[in-house]
Amino acid sequence: MEVRDANAAMLSNYEVYQLLTDLKEKRKEMVKNKHSTGQQNLNTIMYETLKYLSKTPCAHQNPDTVKKFLTSMLPHKLTKAEKLQLLNHRPQTAVEIQLMVEESEERLTEEQIDELIQKVTDVLPGDPQKEADASADPEMETDQ
Amino acid sequence: MFVLVEMVDTVRIPPWSFHRQLNEAIAEELNKKLANKVVYNVGLCVCLYDVTKLEDSFIFPGDGASHTKVHFRYVVFHPFLDEILVGKIKGCSAEGVHVSLGLFDDIIIPPESLQQPAKFDEAEQLWVWEYETDEGAHDLFMDRGEDIRFRVVDEVFIDTSPTGPSTEKEAPSAATAPPAGAEDSAPQKEAPYTLIVRILDIAIMSI
Repeated sequence: MEVRDANAAMLSNYEVYQLLTDLKEKRKEMVKNKHSTGQQNLNTIMYETLKYLSKTPCAHQNPDTVKKFLTSMLPHKLTKAEKLQLLNHRPQTAVEIQLMVEESEERLTEEQIDELIQKVTDVLPGDPQKEADASADPEMETDQ
Repeated sequence: MFVLVEMVDTVRIPPWSFHRQLNEAIAEELNKKLANKVVYNVGLCVCLYDVTKLEDSFIFPGDGASHTKVHFRYVVFHPFLDEILVGKIKGCSAEGVHVSLGLFDDIIIPPESLQQPAKFDEAEQLWVWEYETDEGAHDLFMDRGEDIRFRVVDEVFIDTSPTGPSTEKEAPSAATAPPAGAEDSAPQKEAPYTLIVRILDIAIMSI
């Protein structure tokens, strides 16, 4: 076996999540054929990866939001790795942005960081459950 | 976290699989060979992405199976340097904190990379971060099952291919012999791919 290119492309969590869910569907349809024991490794890694990714923000993304996100990131001049991390993690605080973007103090002003957080929160869908809880709390506070 | 790796390999399709579509048979063989396995200096292979090129299949004398050279791309788990990841604390030992990602377990935070000051609590077998605030010292225990955010600092690939009959027979009673209980037949299992990470200085459990 020969490795031609160990780094041909970077994949976002969403792409891998999509690939694995499609593969899982296809394999379910092929259940009529004997489930060979040789595929146990594939089953294990698929199950674990899906379990991990379903808890990340990528589970709620779709191709349109990803495209929209990348176009909205154009003016900020971020590297590919930084955009990928923002896409995979959906940071909500300035602290998280500072961790993911290198030398953020020099490259981004505070307003730009806030702008980034705003764009990320608007364009990338979050966990609907958590957002329902979060919006319920301020309502409770105003009632009191 | 994931990268696409282009690889070339010769896939052997046994005669009883000739009735299947070539693409499907090849995809299954490749997944059987690579899924959930670590390739040296590449990473943990997850699943096949696509097949880019199929060359002609050959049957060689003496073997009824067909051999096909396949160019394909595979999804590999290989976080880049300085990447931020979130995992669960699996346990602690004197070597550091062990973190797991579900799909990948060999992640370790060496004691130097924990926030200082940190000490190892022998009784509970947990690392503790003592940090001082104006009110006084707080102890933050690294409990098992807690989510933790960390940054990748280094990766270590070890070639675990089987070696030939080794020279262990030469020094059975030397001072450098392995400790009692670990004989020639039970060598230490080394993880082929280990990630050395550092905990983030700011807000570890802010998830």
